[in-house]
Amino acid sequence: MNAALHHLWTPLSATPLLWLVVTLAAYVIGRQVQKACGGSPFASPVLIAILIVGATLLGTGTSYDTYFAGAQFIHFLLGPVTVALAVPLAENFALVRRHLSSIGLALLAGSLTSVITGVGLVWLLGGSRSVALSMAPKAVTTPIAMAVSDQIGGVPALTASLAILGGILAAIIGRHMLARFQIDDWRAHGLAAGVAGSGIAAAQVAALDEIGAAFAALGIGLNGLLTALLVPLLATLWR
Amino acid sequence: MTSAMLILVGCQLLGELLRATFQLPIPGPVIGMFLLALALGLRARRTGNDSTPAPLKPAAEGLIANMGLLFVPAGVGIIAEAGVIRKEWLPILVAVAGSTILSLIVTALVMHWTLRPTHTQDTDRQGRAS
Repeated sequence: MNAALHHLWTPLSATPLLWLVVTLAAYVIGRQVQKACGGSPFASPVLIAILIVGATLLGTGTSYDTYFAGAQFIHFLLGPVTVALAVPLAENFALVRRHLSSIGLALLAGSLTSVITGVGLVWLLGGSRSVALSMAPKAVTTPIAMAVSDQIGGVPALTASLAILGGILAAIIGRHMLARFQIDDWRAHGLAAGVAGSGIAAAQVAALDEIGAAFAALGIGLNGLLTALLVPLLATLWR
Repeated sequence: MTSAMLILVGCQLLGELLRATFQLPIPGPVIGMFLLALALGLRARRTGNDSTPAPLKPAAEGLIANMGLLFVPAGVGIIAEAGVIRKEWLPILVAVAGSTILSLIVTALVMHWTLRPTHTQDTDRQGRAS
């Protein structure tokens, strides 16, 4: 039995197909769990899927590189989906233009808060310089975060992990947190999700409201722009 | 569906080309997003109809609805970073949680405060109309 399994496993584990199926299945399970929990954001399908896939890799002794060779087909779609965010954005152009100054102020405040408190907290708690620098751009969309991290002397792969951790957290607690501050406006929810939690938090908001999706798309795009310009500049000041 | 995919990856490619040509610090897909939004906006102004053309809208909505899935492969990469995270877990966890929460609240509050005047104006207008 074990030998037969091994016989099947060895060739399969090297093909992209297996890890594609595992990733999709883990996400479908994650969504079922969320549905079973009455749609609670605490049962984040992204987090559940990451845990299932991670446990599978550790359990089977598969390297991340082998896994990624299969999962890269899913990863690739991050590009087209980022472009697709133009659709809710364009459909709410009028609304966005009307609130341009609010958006600009909120973006600047949120972006600076994220960078300064991220670096500051690592520094206060005795973390290393490379971890602090990896933390600086972690709120923006993963590809920008990694590029900026590399530029300022952080660790790009660590930044990607931090970006995803932050995104999951923002997706999980964002709505409850803001409701506690009596903020019930989708424009504020969407922008905050896009600025503080980029894609993962945006996905959570986008699934619930179209105006939220438009402001989240704007938050991701503009914060990416701002961070790419601002963080390398701030990093030169911190020598 | 295929034409929608062509538009999306086409904009991404255009974004990559612009990034490479002008050495921009922004990734291609984000440039592609602004390009497509601009194109859709111009089209809406020309036709006077701001709904998105048929094949693009369902494709975009389908992708956005399942966006969470697309972060799973990169997210699993956390296990490859387990070493550093275990060594400096306290500063990492506190900083990720603290800065994400503070940034969420600050962004939303500033948006909320600066929007409020327009908000009451809107309700006034609605109030008068009814």
